Order: sequence, then structure tokens, then C-alpha cells
Amino acid sequence: MDIKLKIWRQSNTASPGQFKDYQVTGITPDMSFLEMLDVLNEDLTARGEAPVAFEHDCREGICGSCGFLVNGLAHGGRHGTTVCQLSMRFFKDGDSLALEPWRAKAFPVLRDLIVDRSAFDRIIQAGGFISANTGSAPEANSILVPKASAETAFDAAACIGCGACVAACPNASAMLFTAAKLTHLNSLPQGQPQRDQRTLNMVAAMSRELFGSCTNHGECEAVCPKQIPIEFIGNMNRDLVRATFRRRREAIVVAGTQRA
Amino acid sequence: MAASSVVSEPVVKAGEAAGSAAAFGTNRLLLLWSTVIGKKIVMAVTGVIMVAFVIAHMLGNLKIFAGPKEINTYSRFLREVGMPELGYGDALWIVRLVLITAVTLHIIAAVTLTRVSWQARPIGYRERKDLETSFAARWMRWGGVILAVFIVFHILHFTLGMVGFQPGQFRELHVYSNVVAGFSVWPVSAFYILAMLALFSHLDHGIWSMLQTLGWSTARNQATLRLASRLIAGVVFAGFVSVPVAVLAGWIQ
Ligand code: HEM
Ligand code: FES
Repeated sequence: MDIKLKIWRQSNTASPGQFKDYQVTGITPDMSFLEMLDVLNEDLTARGEAPVAFEHDCREGICGSCGFLVNGLAHGGRHGTTVCQLSMRFFKDGDSLALEPWRAKAFPVLRDLIVDRSAFDRIIQAGGFISANTGSAPEANSILVPKASAETAFDAAACIGCGACVAACPNASAMLFTAAKLTHLNSLPQGQPQRDQRTLNMVAAMSRELFGSCTNHGECEAVCPKQIPIEFIGNMNRDLVRATFRRRREAIVVAGTQRA
Repeated sequence: MAASSVVSEPVVKAGEAAGSAAAFGTNRLLLLWSTVIGKKIVMAVTGVIMVAFVIAHMLGNLKIFAGPKEINTYSRFLREVGMPELGYGDALWIVRLVLITAVTLHIIAAVTLTRVSWQARPIGYRERKDLETSFAARWMRWGGVILAVFIVFHILHFTLGMVGFQPGQFRELHVYSNVVAGFSVWPVSAFYILAMLALFSHLDHGIWSMLQTLGWSTARNQATLRLASRLIAGVVFAGFVSVPVAVLAGWIQ
């Protein structure tokens, strides 16, 4: 099949970008979306043009590298699917597809469809860990994890940090991402000692990175490839109230993080 | 960018004692308010107060269908309640102060958070489609502005009698005749109905949104809570709108 593409091209953060039209031919329905872009890029390289830059790694929906908007929908808008898992059989011969990078102040475009998501890393660095002694692995039965807590933590830990939640949010808010990271640790026994300080730190980091403010549209959960529910945002909000009114909070020790 | 800038300062540095007094000050309510989520929680709590008021107000209004005596007595009761321990009108003023505080905090939080969000995406999309959100959710801000204008107009109108009446037409505590005279001017009734549509929309999303913000909405009960939110909004709308409609239709005069 033949596909018409309109792709955002931008050579670096400082320069302005614009949409450019392309045409790819000879696409087969069993190709993935990124393979379709590989075909385009081989074509562009052969013609001496700069290939379209996009992030990818695992190409099986588990690493969180890939992601851009396809016709206004993050990851193409299919339930629980990253753009690398998007198959070309969902499209028709002659379809026109517009590809646009995530847009948020916190996610500056690095090149074409690649954005800088280190803001997410800094939110995690602010408290997305537990302090534990290193050494040999602890005895597995020394801390028992209730079934329900384990399930909740697993659901939250499924977040791959792709940034689709921020991209799809009308407010460019990072509440779903931060809530997933907090729910993951705050629902486990191992996360309890530093729960309150972790919550305060990560919520503060989220604001420092200039993400927007949630108004409960639910667009994040609709495009999340890991189907993280907005229920976790409610958990985070409650944890924040708990954290602010706690008399004593166990410290979370964080090394300073810097951006060049 | 010039020299490296510290973007994410640790809130508690190595060796520092527990607590974030240094970063946030010691007052816990101010600490909560200083966060975006804290302001949103304030919006939810002030929202509950206003919703409770709005339901009580709507039920009070329905007394007009019981006749002039009934509603005018109710008006006097609102001022005399608590006497002799409280003075005339004191209880009413306590409620008013709570509501003024709630509305003020709600608006300050709404404006602050809206600015945060508007600054969070300086370069917009060529195209971004919505999958899950509703008209009501997208109209929270502008619907809120309509409500703010309405609240000012409504107080100048039925509380103070400063707008919308012929000279001498508005008489304090004569609620029945004031309402009939006020709503007989059709543009005034039209504006009230429009404002109540805005209220319906605001509460349709707002009541559920408040439950979500406060962590009561779960993946399981979300559909039920959203339906309940719409039903309450619908009842409030119907109750309020019945009065101007009844006056325009000549059912009460
Ligand atoms: C007067 C001007 C008003 C403005 C500018 C305003 C604005 C807003 C905005 C921007 C939101 C956030 C939307 C969201 O997070 O979903 C909101 C939420 C809400 N509003 Fe208002 N509003 C106003 C009046 C009212 C009134 C009169 C009521 C009640 C009768 C009310 C009840 C609520 C509720 C319950 C929420 C949900 C809070 C939450 O999201 O947790 N608002 N309002
Ligand atoms: S490339 Fe790893 S999730 Fe898409």
C-alpha cells in the first residue's frame, strides 16, 4: 500500500520546525508503523536527505522509547498500544497520516519526532526509589506483600514513561505518570517508611518541571499504552494530603541532579 | 544555555533531618496550598461547600410554588434563625462569609492552575483529538466565568434590587412579588436560564471531578459516580429553571 505522510521536521531545539509531505510506497500490512518509517528513511537516505528522527528501542511496547501523535492521537490512539506495536494493517491504501511530536514546555523537541523527556527522570530522581541496604539479595519471605498491594503495585509499575499521558493531556499535565510512580512504591510495604517525603518530593518536582495542572479530562488514561487508570491520581492526591499533615516524615536522601 | 542550572533540587539533602520545613515553611495548610494538587483539593472542597449551598438554595426556591406567604415567611426565617442567641441576620451572614471565602478560594485556585496549564504547552498541536473528555470538562473554565458574572448579577438583582427593577418595584422580604416582577422581564429570565445551563455543565463534570480529585472515584465505580454527578446536576438545573419558566408561562403571578 501507499501512504501519504505529513511529518514535523525540526533540526534542533533552537530552530523552528515545519510539516513536510512525504509519500511511501510498497508498504505491506504486516509491517509495523516504525518499519513503515524505516522504509521512508531508507528512501530519504538514498536521495541524500536527512532521515526522519524518531526514538525507538525494543519495538515491542515495553521500553517506552517510542511515541508521537498519529493524526492527533498519541501512539495512534489504539487501546493499550505503543506506536511501535501499531500495525500497518490498521491503515488503508492511500491514507494520509500526520505525525507530530509530543508538545509540552517540559518536553522540548530535540529533533523531528524526538523530545527530551529528562523531566520524567528528574521526577523519579526526586523520590521514585526506596532507600535500602545493598549487598546480597534479602530473604524473599522476610517482608510479606499482601496480594492486593502487589497487584496495585504491578499495575502502576507497568508505566513505561513514554510521555503519552502528558502529550494527550489538554493541560500538558504529568499527573498520571507521577501517580503511577508514586502508587508503585507507596502501595508496597518497602515503600512505607519514606512514603510521605517521597510524595512531597515528587509532586514538587512535577511542578518544577513546569507540567500543567490536571482537570480530570481522562485523556491520559485513554492513550496510555499500559492502561494506567486515573484512579492512581486519586491515590496520589490522598497521599499528598496525608504527607502534608504528618508530624514526622522519614527523610529521603537525594543527590542533587543537574541539567547542563 | 549558559552555565548548568540546578533544575531539580533535592528537597531534603543528605544528612538533613526529616521534614521539609525549609522548603515549604511550617504551616501545613500553606504547604498543601503551595502545590498544584493542593490547590486542586481546595477547589474540590470549596466545590462541595458550593454544591451543598446550591442544592439547599434550589430547594428553598421551590417554596414559591406554595404561594407568597410560604416563601416570604421562609425569607424572614433565614434572617431570624438562631434568635435570640444570635442577632437578626447573623446566621445568614455566617453562611454568606463561608460562601464568599469558598468562591474566592475556588476562583483564585482556578485562575492560578489555568495559568500553569496554559504555560505548560507554549507551542500547540496542529491537531490533537480527544478520546474521553466531555463538553462539560472542556467548559469548566469558561462556564466558571459565566457563573462568576452570574453571581455578581444575581446579588445585585434579587438581593439588593439594584438592577432589573423599576424604581420602587423591589421590596425587601417581599420575595414572591420581587421574583414575579424580576422574571417578567424576559431577557433577565433568559440570562438566568443560560447561567443555569452553565451551572448544569459545571456540576455535571464538577461533582464527579471532585470525587476523583479526593480519591473516591475508582476504575470500578467511575461510571456510577459520573451518572450520579449528572443526575444531581440535572435536578439542580430543573429546580432552578422551573421558577423563571413558571413566571414567563404565567403559572405564578
Ligand atoms: C464563580 C466562578 C467559578 C469559576 C471560575 C470556576 C472554575 C472552575 C474550574 C476551572 C474548575 C476545575 C475543573 C476541574 O478540575 O475539573 C472547577 C471545578 C469545580 N467547580 Fe467551579 N468555578 C466557579 C464556580 C463554581 C460554583 C458556583 C460551583 C458550585 C455550585 C462550582 C463547583 C465546582 C466543583 C464541584 C468543581 C470540581 C472540583 C474538582 O475538580 O475537584 N464552581 N471550577
Ligand atoms: S520502542 Fe520500546 S515501547 Fe516502542
